[in-house]
Amino acid sequence: MPDLYLIAHVAGRAVAIESAAVESVVDIGDITPVPRAPATVRGLATLRSRVVTVIDTQVALGGNAEAKARRAVVTQVDGHHYAFLVDTLDDIAAFDLQPLAAGVALDGAWSEAGRGIVDRDGEPVLVIDLTALVPALTAA
Amino acid sequence: MDDLLQEFIAETRETLEALAGEIIAWEASPDDRARLDAIFRFVHTVKGSCGFLDLPRLERLSHAAEDVLALVRSGERTPDRALVNAVLGIVDRIGEIVEAIDAGTALDDTGEDLLIAALAGGSADAPLQQQPAHVQRAPARSVRLSVDLLDRMMSGMSDMVLARNELARRLRGGDVDPAIEAALERMSATVADMRDTVTRTRMQKIDALFSALPRVVRDTAAGLGKQVALRIEGAEVELDREMIEVMRDPLVHIIRNAIDHGIEAPAERRLLGKPECGRLTVSASQAGNQIVLEIIDDGRGIDIERVIAKLVAAGEDERRLRGLPEAEKLALIFEPGLSTKDSVSSVSGRGVGMDVVRACVDQIGGRIDLDNLPGRGLRIGIHVPLTLSIISTIVVSVGEQCFAAPRMVIEEILSARSQAIRIDRVGGTQVATIRDRRMPIVDLGVMLGLRTPEAAREPEMLAVIGLGAVTYALAVDAVLDTEELVIKPSAPAVMRAGVYAGQTLPDSGRPMLLLDCAGLATAAGLRFHRETSEPHDAHAEAEREGLPVLMFRDLDGVRRAVPLAILDRIEQATPEAVQMTAGRLRLAIDGQLLPLASAGSIPEDRGFAVLRLRDGASEIGYAIAEAADIVTIGDAIEPAAQPGSVAGVVLVGDEPVELIDAFWLFAEHGAAAPAAEQPLCLLDADAGGWLQTFLAPLLRGAGYRVATSLRAGEVPGIVVALDAAGATAMPADVPILRLSSDAAAPDGVYRYDRERVLAAVGSAMRRTGSR
Repeated sequence: MPDLYLIAHVAGRAVAIESAAVESVVDIGDITPVPRAPATVRGLATLRSRVVTVIDTQVALGGNAEAKARRAVVTQVDGHHYAFLVDTLDDIAAFDLQPLAAGVALDGAWSEAGRGIVDRDGEPVLVIDLTALVPALTAA
Repeated sequence: MDDLLQEFIAETRETLEALAGEIIAWEASPDDRARLDAIFRFVHTVKGSCGFLDLPRLERLSHAAEDVLALVRSGERTPDRALVNAVLGIVDRIGEIVEAIDAGTALDDTGEDLLIAALAGGSADAPLQQQPAHVQRAPARSVRLSVDLLDRMMSGMSDMVLARNELARRLRGGDVDPAIEAALERMSATVADMRDTVTRTRMQKIDALFSALPRVVRDTAAGLGKQVALRIEGAEVELDREMIEVMRDPLVHIIRNAIDHGIEAPAERRLLGKPECGRLTVSASQAGNQIVLEIIDDGRGIDIERVIAKLVAAGEDERRLRGLPEAEKLALIFEPGLSTKDSVSSVSGRGVGMDVVRACVDQIGGRIDLDNLPGRGLRIGIHVPLTLSIISTIVVSVGEQCFAAPRMVIEEILSARSQAIRIDRVGGTQVATIRDRRMPIVDLGVMLGLRTPEAAREPEMLAVIGLGAVTYALAVDAVLDTEELVIKPSAPAVMRAGVYAGQTLPDSGRPMLLLDCAGLATAAGLRFHRETSEPHDAHAEAEREGLPVLMFRDLDGVRRAVPLAILDRIEQATPEAVQMTAGRLRLAIDGQLLPLASAGSIPEDRGFAVLRLRDGASEIGYAIAEAADIVTIGDAIEPAAQPGSVAGVVLVGDEPVELIDAFWLFAEHGAAAPAAEQPLCLLDADAGGWLQTFLAPLLRGAGYRVATSLRAGEVPGIVVALDAAGATAMPADVPILRLSSDAAAPDGVYRYDRERVLAAVGSAMRRTGSR
C-alpha cells in the first residue's frame, strides 16, 4: 500500500518526507535568532499565532548554513513544532517504500535520518525521517 | 484543616463508589484475595487519614475492620459470611459518617459498638443489616477534575490570548471602526480575567503541602524519642497543584529522614554542645521561574564514609566511589536501596529511599541540591519549575533583539549613568557598585554572543537580578516594557542553550525568548557560596533566630566565640610560619601570607590552632589555643563598652563567653596594608625578564612590594636574583636570594619551588625586620 510522500530538495539533493509526519508546508517569515543554541536551530518564527522552532535542515544533515531557504515543512515532535527549511518543494505523490539497497552507505547525519528509498520515475530518492534531525533528541 | 477534610471526604466518597462493586464481589466469593486487598487498603487509608484529621469514630471503626481483615489476610481467620457482613456493615457506616460530616449533620452512633462486636465473630448471627435512614447528601460545591482537563483549559487559554494579540496587531494597522475597537477592548478584558481564573485553578498555596508537616514531625520525633522544633516559612507561596501532589510523599520522606538519620538524640546533642531540641526548617520561596523548597536540619549531616561503606557492602566498587568528586559522593545517597541507618527503626525501612525522592523530583523537571555540613546539618534544596505559564515579564533589548526577563527576579532597573552606580573593571570583568552593594555585571549581549567582549560598550541599563544567593547586574541596551506573557516551553534544542526558560509571542508578532536568569549566572561563571554571608548578616540573623558560633579557648585563656558563618576552617600552625612583617603578624600558609590576629602572644615553642576567617573578599587568621565546640547563642548579647576585638558577652550555659567582633577584626586586619608599609623586594635585572614576569606577581600576592630599581631613601628587605646574574648594584647589608634555574643545583633555591621561594623571602624579611 503506497504512502504519500513529499518530494523536496535539501542541500541540492532530492529527499522524500512521509506526508503523515508533515503538518503543513509554509513560507517562513522573519526568524528570531536564538543565541547560544546549536547551529541547527536557525531561530524561532511565528506561524498562525504559534511559535515554531526553525531547523536548518542542511546544517542538520551536516552541511553549511543555508541563508536563502524560506520554505519549510512543519512537523510536531514531542509536543514542539519544528519548521524544517527546504530549498524547494517539488511534488506530493504516492510511492512504495523500499529498503536501502544493500551496500549503499550514507554518510554522517544522512545515515541517521535515512529510512529507505522511493523510486521516482527511475530516480532513487532517499526517504528521511525529520524526527531524527531534531537536535537534542538525536544528541541524547 | 478544612481543605484537608474536604479532600478526605471527596477521596473517601470516590473510593467508596469504586469499592461498591468490589464489596459485592467479595460477598459472593469471600476467598477472593484481590477483593480482600482492595477493601483492606480502603479501611487502612481511612484509618490513617482519621488519625490525622482527628475523627475518632471513623478511626475506631476502620481500625477494628483493619484488624480483622489483617487476620484474614494472614490466614488466621477464614472469611465466613458473618465476618463479611460485619465488614460490609462497617464500610457502609464509614460512608454514612463521611456524608454526615460533609453535610454537617449529627449521626447517631448507637449501632457502632454492635458493628464492632460483630467483627469479633463467634456469634453466628450477624447483626441485622439495618438499612439506615438515608442521609441527605450535601450539595457539592467542589468538583474533582483531572489535571489533563486543566491542562487543556490552560493551553486553550494561552492560544486565546495569542489569538487576541494577533487580532489586536492586525487591527492596529489600518483605520478601524471604533465599535470594533470597543469590542476588542471588551474581549481583552474578559480574556485577561479568564486567564487569571484559569491560572488560579492550577495553583494552590504550598500550605496544602506544609500543613500536614507539624504532625508528621511530632509523630516521627516522638516515635524516636527526639525533640524537634519545626519552622515553616513561605507557606503562602503558590505552586501548581499537580506538583504539590507529586511533592507530598518526597517531602514527608525527607523530613522523616532528617529526624531519623539527621537529628541526634537529645543526650547526644547535649554532648555535642547543641541544643537538645533539634531544629528543622522547611521553607518555600520563589526564585525566578523556580520554586525552591528547602529542608534544613541541624543534625549530623551526611556521613559520606558510611554511605560509601554501605554501597561497598552492597557490591559497589569502592575505588570508583572514593574517586568521585565531593558533590557526586554526596549524591550517592540517591542510590537505590540505601539506608545509612544501621538499625531499622519504626520510621525508616519503609522501602522508600532517596532514590524515590529524586525520581519524583525528576518527574516534574526539578532538581535537588545538597549542602552537607558534617556534624552541623544538612540542607536539601529542591528546585521545582514554575509551570505557571503566564508570567509578568520585563522586556529588554540588546542590539536588534528583544528578550523577556521574569519580573520576579528583577530587583531594580537603573540607568548605568545614574549617580548611584559606579562601574569598575576588575580584572577582565566589570563590577557594579550600587549603593554600597557590589555585584558582578553580566553583559547580556556578550553572554549571548551578539557582540564580542571587545565590542562591549559601557552598559546602558542595568537590571539587578536577585536570585536568593546570587545577585548580579544584567547589562542591556534598553528596557522597553513590562508585559504579561504566555510562556511556553521551548524546544529541547533551545532549552539546551541553558539560558532560556521558554518562549513567547508578544503583541509584536515576533517570537521572543524568556531569559533564565539563574542559567545566565551559571553560564557567566558566577559562583556564589552560601558560606560567604557577611559578618553583619550573621549578626542580623542572630537577632532573629540565634547565631551559630564556634567556641574556643583563646591564647590568653579567655573563652571566646566567633560566628560560624565567617569561619572558613581551622588549621594547625607552627611558630616558624609566623612572621612579623611591616609591623604586623602574618602567617605563611598554603603559599600565602595571612594577616594574623591574636589576643595574646603567639606561643614560641609549640604549635597552635588558627581560625581562618573569611568575609567573602579577604581572609585573616586568628590564633587560638584550642577550639571547643559549636553552639547557637541567643540574641541576649551584652555589648562591649567600647569597640574592639570583642563585640559583647553572651552566656553559654552558665559561662560568659566573649563574642569576637568580626566586623572590627576585618576592619583592623583584613584590609591590605598600605603600599608604603609593605616590605620591599628588589628584583635583579635578568636577561629574560623572568623575575619580573614570573616572580613579581607571586611576591605581590604574598604581600610584598616589588621593584626593579630603588628610589632615593628606599631600602629593600631582600634582593632576589636569578642564577649568577647581578647587574644591579647591590645595597649593602641586604640579604640576597639567588634562585636557580636548575632544579638539581646543589645550593640555592630552585626558582619554581614556590614554597621554598616564599619561605626564603619570608625568613630574610624577618631578619631584616620591617623597613
